[in-house]
Amino acid sequence: MSVLVNEKSRVVVQGITGREGTVRTRLMKDYNTRVVAGVTPGKGGGKVHGVPVFDSVVEAWENVGQIDISVIFVPAFLVKNAALEAIDAGVKLLVLVPDRVPIFDVLEIIRLAQDKEARFVGPNTLGLVSPGKAVLGMIGGRAERAKEWFCPGDIGVSSRSGGMTSAISYYLTEEGLGQSTIIHVGGDAILGLSHPEIMELFEQDDETRMVVMFGEIGTTQEERVADLIETGKFTKPLIAFIGGKAAKSGTRFSHAGAIIEGSRGSYESKVKRLKEVGVHVADSVSDIPKIAKKLKNSNYSRDR
Amino acid sequence: MARLYEFQSKKLLKEGGIRVPEGEVACSPDEVRQITQRIGKPVVLKIQVWLTGRAGLGGIQFAETSEEAENKASKIFGTKVKNFVIDKILIEEKLKIKSEYFAGLVIDDSKKSPLLIFSSVGGTGIEEIARSHPESVSRASIDVLTGLKDYEARNLIRRTKISGKLLLQLSDVLTKFYNVARQYDARSAEMNPLVLTEDNLVYAADCHLTIDDYAVFRHPELGIEVAREFDRPPTWLEKIAYQVEEKDHRGTFYFFQMAEEVSKKDKFIGFHGAGGGGSMMSMDAVLNRGFKLANYCDTSGNPSASKVYRASKIILSQPNIRGYFASGSGVASQEQYHSARGMVKAFHEEKLSIPGIIRLGGNFEEKAIEILGTYLKDIPAKVEGYGRDDSPEFCAQRLEELIKENQPAYHEVKPVVDPALPKNCYFFETMTGKLSIDHNKCPDCRTKGCIEACKAEILKLEDGKPVLSVSQEEAKKGKCTECLACEIFCTFHEQDAIFIHLPIPGLREYREEIVKKSKE
Repeated sequence: MSVLVNEKSRVVVQGITGREGTVRTRLMKDYNTRVVAGVTPGKGGGKVHGVPVFDSVVEAWENVGQIDISVIFVPAFLVKNAALEAIDAGVKLLVLVPDRVPIFDVLEIIRLAQDKEARFVGPNTLGLVSPGKAVLGMIGGRAERAKEWFCPGDIGVSSRSGGMTSAISYYLTEEGLGQSTIIHVGGDAILGLSHPEIMELFEQDDETRMVVMFGEIGTTQEERVADLIETGKFTKPLIAFIGGKAAKSGTRFSHAGAIIEGSRGSYESKVKRLKEVGVHVADSVSDIPKIAKKLKNSNYSRDR
Repeated sequence: MARLYEFQSKKLLKEGGIRVPEGEVACSPDEVRQITQRIGKPVVLKIQVWLTGRAGLGGIQFAETSEEAENKASKIFGTKVKNFVIDKILIEEKLKIKSEYFAGLVIDDSKKSPLLIFSSVGGTGIEEIARSHPESVSRASIDVLTGLKDYEARNLIRRTKISGKLLLQLSDVLTKFYNVARQYDARSAEMNPLVLTEDNLVYAADCHLTIDDYAVFRHPELGIEVAREFDRPPTWLEKIAYQVEEKDHRGTFYFFQMAEEVSKKDKFIGFHGAGGGGSMMSMDAVLNRGFKLANYCDTSGNPSASKVYRASKIILSQPNIRGYFASGSGVASQEQYHSARGMVKAFHEEKLSIPGIIRLGGNFEEKAIEILGTYLKDIPAKVEGYGRDDSPEFCAQRLEELIKENQPAYHEVKPVVDPALPKNCYFFETMTGKLSIDHNKCPDCRTKGCIEACKAEILKLEDGKPVLSVSQEEAKKGKCTECLACEIFCTFHEQDAIFIHLPIPGLREYREEIVKKSKE
């Protein structure tokens, strides 16, 4: 088991003929991800690393059969259209890699995805990997690296920083601690699947026995994870690190933001809330593997 | 988030059908007098800054006559309020206010939708009022596909016990307000106070919009120079950096200055991170060592070598820094040798004399560290490369040690010098620059290693000289990835015949000014 993606998932790459699309298709293929088709409007008929290219997602589906996941590598201003195309065609999971997608575009994708019961990771995500099974996006960069850095195991990783997603997983691997699925939820404020939704997925996954979460200041994601734990919806051991302690607390964006969030969003608020519900909050990233090892040795006891 | 000034925000509201006080923005006491005369009524003078609580800072003043307005304005212009030098004052008719309200729009990350907030009590201290009088505040999530419907607006206001004609007036304003915010991709918007005047008209007495950085490209009419979140106007150098980011979409480049003045008294360094999370962690490591950051910079998302080069040149346009610290997550997915080559080219051109610690852990880090080690031996400064198994804390410690040993201790900014290229050079344009090859030198080259160095495979030999194997147009469109590998090979192993000119618009003038200042 793992969450969101495994060795059977059938994947299409939208924007496969672009700079990143081409390079990362190779990463995914070399890692044995089942990339069954690529899409670039106007470039149908060709091949990229042996993957047939089509003009549309529907055409790809008609030719290669069922598509489970679409990984999107198109310029930011085209992401909304590409995502809607995939959702309309019936794809149930999308990975929106590009950075700088306008926020109202993301909100529209969320609404349409709700209507069609589709989900997405990102935007502004490096992607995700279920070690030994499949990788989506650009995490690891090259397949050899992804194989070296990430190894199969029972720890779920969810992170708001792309680089730290890899870093934490690599440090776990170094300690002999494998991962079930590693997810970079994305760096933006509004995400398809944010930390709380990922925790719910890990809760359902038998193979995942513990989770590491890299949080950051801003948004209410980490506080909402604490809410899940409090209401019994997430019960597995959780190790968290919150980045941005040294960042000067900026001027509030608006009064409205302050009315809604109150003190939520700050470093102190997140750490306090997480500790209240028994989360192991690491002071430094290098402590994470040590805490994980200790928990594993105690057979993941929930004794906090 | 790119903030708009009050006067800009109000212009958009007015166009969207919301009543705003009659007024105009002035840049001099003279203009203040003229505008006040035109308005012909008592006025209010409002400094245009991105700060809340302006009244408490003396930034809101009233005047009965144009002479009084001019007089008061002349005392305000040029003064400094927090980070702002006052250069714009909004002059408006003074309203006769009966009551004040609040309306705000945010994007709610938990509900993943826009959220509209209305309060029947407005004005200063709105957060406090919301806390102590929750019954006066109501909120509604908006379906982004349908927008705010008029009955939703009426329900929102009705819940704060407002009824009758005022209910209709306010709900009309709210639907228009949402439409303006949506049309301009506002990340947040607020009218505080929204007022009812003695003659029973609703006005937006104050308004602030911040535009989504990522959507600024849709609104060139707003004239936003730097689509970044700042609590002060962008600096000259930040504007230069932003132009680089604008013109090269390969990867992300973010730069802002963290110190008003980099004095020699403090231990300032130039900071070059990669990726938000890794940069924050690295920043913590150097700050814990007592360093101060002259700037924050982030190049990530697989940037081109040319972009990293420009980032380095911009960081090194700050005088008096004592070290250069580059560090990201440590396990980056991007090919790290691009960053290494970018820095090698920049450090050589600068003849860097302050120590550098470059932590390039991640994909191909071995190659990246080797590039730094091989090609930075003969510059005045000591530069060390590190990888994923070297912690940011250790790297910060190394920087401290190197800085202690280093003389001269401070970075000196040099003028921008264009290379003197021989006439009749072979050249082609790249995406953001120009590559030239001095073919006169090629006969002495034994290895022709530039051909092999070019991983994009766009160079071929013709009569023993490298030329493009693709068309000039293709090279410019991006076939030449500006990876800098051919130049670095030729410079260090062969005849120094290849040069890639990567201009940074505005940097020459900026550095001239810095050099001039340092001589004063």
